[in-house]
Amino acid sequence: MSNTAIIHEADVHAGHDAHHEHHHHETFISKYVFSQDHKMISKQFLITGITWAIIGGLFSVLFRLQLGYPNSTFPWLEDILGHWAKGGKINPEFYYALVTMHGTILVFFVLTAGLSGTFANFLIPLQIGARDMASPMLNMLSYWFFFLASVIMFSSLFVQTGPAAGGWTIYPPLSALGDASSGSKIGMDLWLVSMAMFIVSSLLGGLNYITTILNMRTKGMSMTRMPLTIWALFFTAVLGVLSFPVLLSGAILLLFDRNLGTSFFLSDIYINGKILPNEGGSAILFQHLFWFLGHPEVYIILLPAMGMSSEIISINSRKPIFGYMAMVGSLFAIAILAFLVWAHHMFVTGLNPFLGAFFVLLTLLIAVPSAIKVFNWLTTLWRANIRFTPGMLFAIGFVSLFISGGLTGIFLGNSALDIHLHDTYFVVAHFHIVMGVASFFGMFAGVYHWFPKMYGRFLNNTLGYIHFWVTIVGAYLIFWPMHYEGLAGMPRRYYDYSMWESFKMFGGLNEFISFVAMIVFATQLLFVFNFFYSIFKGRKVSTLNPWGANTLEWTTPIRPGHGNWVGEIPEVHRGAYDYGKDGREFIPQTEPVGEHESHH
Amino acid sequence: MTQLLLIAIIVMIFVIIFQISKASEYVSVLKGEEKARKQNNKINAFLLVVFLILGIIGCWWCNDLYYEKTLFPQGAASELGEKIDLMLYITIGVTGVVFFITQVLLFWFSFKYQERDDRKAYFFPHNTKLELLWTTVPAIFLTVLVVFGLKYWFKITGEAPKDSVLVEVTGHQFGWEFRYPGPDKILGRKNFKLTKGANSLGVDFSDPASLDDSHVAGTVHIPVGRPIKFVINAQDVIHDVGLSHFRLKMDAVPGIPTTLWFTPLYTTEEMKIRTGNPNFTYEVSCDQMCGKGHFSMRGVIIVDTEEEYMRYLATLEPEYYTVFPDKKPKPANAGSDTTKTQAPVTAAITPGVN
Repeated sequence: MSNTAIIHEADVHAGHDAHHEHHHHETFISKYVFSQDHKMISKQFLITGITWAIIGGLFSVLFRLQLGYPNSTFPWLEDILGHWAKGGKINPEFYYALVTMHGTILVFFVLTAGLSGTFANFLIPLQIGARDMASPMLNMLSYWFFFLASVIMFSSLFVQTGPAAGGWTIYPPLSALGDASSGSKIGMDLWLVSMAMFIVSSLLGGLNYITTILNMRTKGMSMTRMPLTIWALFFTAVLGVLSFPVLLSGAILLLFDRNLGTSFFLSDIYINGKILPNEGGSAILFQHLFWFLGHPEVYIILLPAMGMSSEIISINSRKPIFGYMAMVGSLFAIAILAFLVWAHHMFVTGLNPFLGAFFVLLTLLIAVPSAIKVFNWLTTLWRANIRFTPGMLFAIGFVSLFISGGLTGIFLGNSALDIHLHDTYFVVAHFHIVMGVASFFGMFAGVYHWFPKMYGRFLNNTLGYIHFWVTIVGAYLIFWPMHYEGLAGMPRRYYDYSMWESFKMFGGLNEFISFVAMIVFATQLLFVFNFFYSIFKGRKVSTLNPWGANTLEWTTPIRPGHGNWVGEIPEVHRGAYDYGKDGREFIPQTEPVGEHESHH
Repeated sequence: MTQLLLIAIIVMIFVIIFQISKASEYVSVLKGEEKARKQNNKINAFLLVVFLILGIIGCWWCNDLYYEKTLFPQGAASELGEKIDLMLYITIGVTGVVFFITQVLLFWFSFKYQERDDRKAYFFPHNTKLELLWTTVPAIFLTVLVVFGLKYWFKITGEAPKDSVLVEVTGHQFGWEFRYPGPDKILGRKNFKLTKGANSLGVDFSDPASLDDSHVAGTVHIPVGRPIKFVINAQDVIHDVGLSHFRLKMDAVPGIPTTLWFTPLYTTEEMKIRTGNPNFTYEVSCDQMCGKGHFSMRGVIIVDTEEEYMRYLATLEPEYYTVFPDKKPKPANAGSDTTKTQAPVTAAITPGVN
């Protein structure tokens, strides 16, 4: 679709802006289903992501039930799950399927597609001053490939042998051999095909985001005037575009090994009384391919949360973000380093120690840009005038979690310590805090903050506050004690610890964690309810710029139509962070620099 | 019935929370939105500082409850493990200080600089000196940690001493097998294609070095105070030899043998006294997801005194005789069992598990 077409359409919208919801020339399908409007696509990503988050969260509740109460039975589980929970007890095979799907869903479908897909789509055109993405068509396809991936992954939950059960990292030979696990039968093929679709979606989206940011900024929006959200989304897209294809190649090779008798990852295997003919492959090769994506992936998840938190903290502190250039520089440094540290996931694979040393050094180097970001956020809060909107609280929570989870990365990145801590609950605690919960906090912050722009209504504040407080307290209660389990060497992905002399003393703690996890999950349902209720019944937004923000999205109509701005796209004259400058509370980016304005 | 009741109660709680939240929205309209917002602001600022204080107390409390249950109070059971513990303490110290300072600043600033009518935010967009400060200070601390880390990393992953006691460890779904090299101190060659029946590890018995090797399942005996070298294999999928008491771990990968070595400091009996746990055992946990029985893939290491170890070795029978029972010299060893198939393996272990 050409640009003129978009502009034309925008003009049409401008005519009846007041009755935007009741357009007649757009059919239901073109508006809500196969929409090419970046804002609608973003909502599609968000709502699909929320749906997946509920499923993924529910899975964690189910396996926490087993971990917390290994000696109890829950007859109603058999009613729901049938032969997967004979006698009301989840069987080990299904337990591992739950763990695997929980990881896959949360990492890829929620915190990659749900997070980047939502906010890159929503914010890039609105914040850089573009009418839509560079290619709205590809953008639409990006969602529908994601949808296809979702359908395939979801269907894998219902095959007789169960969904993939080899962990979200799907290491072969476990994932390559149907003999090794029933989850490695058809469920694994579906997993791989679904991921291939997902990667296509991610690439289409990523290319679009990069192109749009580089080419379609409005007049005056130089790169160094872009809000940090856009910088973060930009680096996220670059990471995705450069690393996802490597996972795709790994997934395809694995499909070959599974179905066509190749030996990329298989060698010297004797299983179930059978000697397999495969020779010469390397199981470790897959791990390299996997983590070459897998590590950047954690930054694909984390960077958007960093960007949005930076933006929201600055707005609600009524202060410029401290050290804008350092914030951009540290995002850049993290993005570069993200590509050079993948083997720190493989310190105990028998990796060459010299190579390991190289990865230790580069891994711990990430702590430097991370420290810059943390101290810059803290300095932004210093002598501020803070408004605690739910979005702001989640952004502050993000910083707290990022600190807590980031510091434990210093343990795990140091190979000598990693030997002891590898694959224990210390790792579970580390990545759930720093990448899981922290990114969720960034996402929640974004949803609370931009919901008014998405739907022209506010989310309920009180529910927002309850959501925040229960979630942050719960998250720390769940994950903080796990560090102790990890220091004791308690391995992750165990179905039951009661037979282990070394680990069984944590039974009481596991029960406590499971209990808290259920409460936190229930609280998320409160958020989901708030979300859908507020779309239709929330308090209406009555001013253009409810948060007093500088960025361009707040210069559009309260509910912008396709094309975003009525008439001309505004011109940008300054950076996004002139809060509290020259005694003024905020100066929008569209305001020309005054003659007497101070320079900093 | 109780389930229905439970669901009803949960739904009720949801409805109540929702109604309160909805009502608070109306109240804020009545009160004046600006006033309600400021009140909310105060409450949340206060809660943030309460969270900080309770959080710090919580950290201390959690430590109080669980420190004893980590492995640290009893100490590492291997020489290099003690260094790892020291490094862990140093890292906990350094990161702990940073954690404390940054979290206190985060929540204290949030509380202190909450919105007030008489306050104006201080325009402070950047300061090169400060930014350089928090680039270099972390960099220096990290360099120290990296230097220490790598020093031990190279020690741990380095060549095992020449006089190490050699044991082969093989993982399979879902258990561990151990092979001793016998008097010649050389493990016989293996070839996975020879795996069949009683020759469950695929030993190549055409290699003379294999004739005195012995094979036991599940439990391995090693002597205290001497370097032990494990050569690690897997038969089917990737497993991992996890030795939490020795602070060690190494993957077992099909087709790619790996090694690890360590020097145990205490016998199992000594550890029972050190930990005050009469049931103490050194356990081998599988630390790499390997299928449905992953959680039950347990091995046992018994660290013996030198004499006990020698006595134990003497009870072992070469695997060659297990695989080829007819090759066994007839009356040579009156004490040992000559039952066919796998049975001798089991018999060989039994005296060891005392």
